[in-house]
Amino acid sequence: MEPIKSITSKTVVIPLDDIDTDQIIPARFLTTTTREGLGEHLFTDWRYTKDGTPNPDFVLNAPEAQDAQILVAGRNFGCGSSREHAPWALLDFGLRVAISTEIADIFFNNALKNGFIPVVVDADTHAWLLENPGVEITVDLESSTVIVPGRDPVPFSVDSFAKYCLLNGLDQMGFLTQHADDIAAFEARAE
Amino acid sequence: MKSLFDKLWDAHVVVQQTADKPAILYIDLHLVHEVTSPQAFDVLRERGLTVRRPDRTLATMDHSIPTVPISSLSELDVVSETAAAYQIRQVMKNCSDFGIELKDFTSPDRGIVHVIGPELGATQPGKTIVCGDSHTSTHGAFGALAFGIGTTEVAHVLATQCMLQRKPKSFAINLNGTLQRGVSAKDIVLRIIGEIGVAGGTGYAVEYRGSAIGALSMDERMTICNMSIEAGARAGMMAPDDTTFEYLAGREMAPKGAAWDAAVARWRELPGDPDAAFDREINLDVSVMKPMVTFGTNPGMVVAIDEPIPAPSGNDKAFAKALEYMQVEPGQRLAGTPVDVVFIGSCTNARLSDLEAAASIVKGRQVADNVRMLVVPGSQRIKNEAEAMGLDDIFKAAGAEWREPGCSMCIAMNGDTVAAGRLAVSTSNRNFEGRQGSGARTVLASPLTAAASAISGTVADPRQLVD
Repeated sequence: MEPIKSITSKTVVIPLDDIDTDQIIPARFLTTTTREGLGEHLFTDWRYTKDGTPNPDFVLNAPEAQDAQILVAGRNFGCGSSREHAPWALLDFGLRVAISTEIADIFFNNALKNGFIPVVVDADTHAWLLENPGVEITVDLESSTVIVPGRDPVPFSVDSFAKYCLLNGLDQMGFLTQHADDIAAFEARAE
Repeated sequence: MKSLFDKLWDAHVVVQQTADKPAILYIDLHLVHEVTSPQAFDVLRERGLTVRRPDRTLATMDHSIPTVPISSLSELDVVSETAAAYQIRQVMKNCSDFGIELKDFTSPDRGIVHVIGPELGATQPGKTIVCGDSHTSTHGAFGALAFGIGTTEVAHVLATQCMLQRKPKSFAINLNGTLQRGVSAKDIVLRIIGEIGVAGGTGYAVEYRGSAIGALSMDERMTICNMSIEAGARAGMMAPDDTTFEYLAGREMAPKGAAWDAAVARWRELPGDPDAAFDREINLDVSVMKPMVTFGTNPGMVVAIDEPIPAPSGNDKAFAKALEYMQVEPGQRLAGTPVDVVFIGSCTNARLSDLEAAASIVKGRQVADNVRMLVVPGSQRIKNEAEAMGLDDIFKAAGAEWREPGCSMCIAMNGDTVAAGRLAVSTSNRNFEGRQGSGARTVLASPLTAAASAISGTVADPRQLVD
């Protein structure tokens, strides 16, 4: 993985609570056996009308949303299934951050393992971001803050180990395999 | 002063968590299916890694497998989409290459991953169990710590039998009282999700406790633990007791002889200490619960079948969007709404007792003309047992379809779908937009309510039909 220090981009806002992983990437696209190409189907039932044409009312189809990398969503983003296809689809589409007041647990973990940053902010900041779509902000991983124009930096919580891995472009498999002796010792004790 | 969860956690820590690093947690049983594993096996190949413990890994094919009979790959190619058939081939190749036991479509042990684990006795008290599937919490019904993981973590567990975890907070849900006739475990869990909301369990491992749990069968306990994730919980679990041990006794992967006695003695130590502390605790009385039905597009949007759909609070855009999608309005009661499809199946409600409950309603009656009713057993074994009891004949005589085991219309990956705009009463676990097919509308309910709705042709209260 590429190291990630900070991401600066305008935002795109989907102001709905409880956006589930079936909306992010519907199950009918999960027959794939690779990670690539899922961006094409991101939010497909919201992005496209029944006849397959882009839905002009959906924000990700707006011209100004095309190069946004930061998604601001309602409470409890990413609830539902464990499909890692959800962060794969978001990243493949070009999004790199999701900001909400709450982010579902399995999605949160899957996102971090792929370099997609889940950011939980306070309700006041969240309300301001919902009301100001398209504003350019910076999600600074090193200081774990969101930098919003005209406001104090907003701290967010990120697990220190996940942060270390993201800043250094490391994945966690290497860390686990280095503990083979500990694992073998545990097995010897337990079995 | 340890809870069940504390005991399960402590017994599996390989390396303790610190401020800087999560714990390394040992996994006793890794369940694998075709949808969330292919990219994980690719990681092993890219890095030249092997599966550390094939003997602790068990695979099946359930999500994209057709529910019409097939006996060969060439027959699979006829009925499945190309991508789904390729995915099935891929899990066969991966399990063969890495030495993992696979319950494929010809196996008498095959079925939905969360049905066959317990059925084979692989699921046991005291174990840590993971699977690339959010409904892994099902196995918590046995006093196991069980949760869903993503594909990156599937690769971690395949390679190291471990994963990195921070210990979640604990949440006790105390359930007391006696269920009324026509009300079932599915109604309990829908009521819980309605109470705490779809994010109410986020960050917590839930333990369900109380006299109402002790009175439930293992099938019923699994139904409740299964839907823990629908409240956002990391895991859901219940203390093991004699009901648990009776279920497991004699199953092929359960311990035998002296090892069984030793295991039961160990398992009896698992229930939490009476004064164990929880980060959150709620109490619910099941004796006042009614059959529950969802009216919106997540499992927390749920009401008792005879109660009106509530009005949105404030400017709740998602709530308004959900009602528009479902074509319902505040104040309306769902009972009496015409139904197009009834689905009895899924890891939530496709066990033998679920099929028996549905059959008890359907027996001697006819599925309404406007309804397509699909009954999909959770496993091959359940299918065989149901057929030995004549349940298949009851369903078929009533006009329902009797299918081969799999996830089927719960996730609609295998060709079993609900058409756009159609309303399905489903015993599955998710009523998300498009879950059962693009544009499909889903009402989640118990097997009794689903069966009563099939007969009535409208969303129906089963209490009017149970004997």
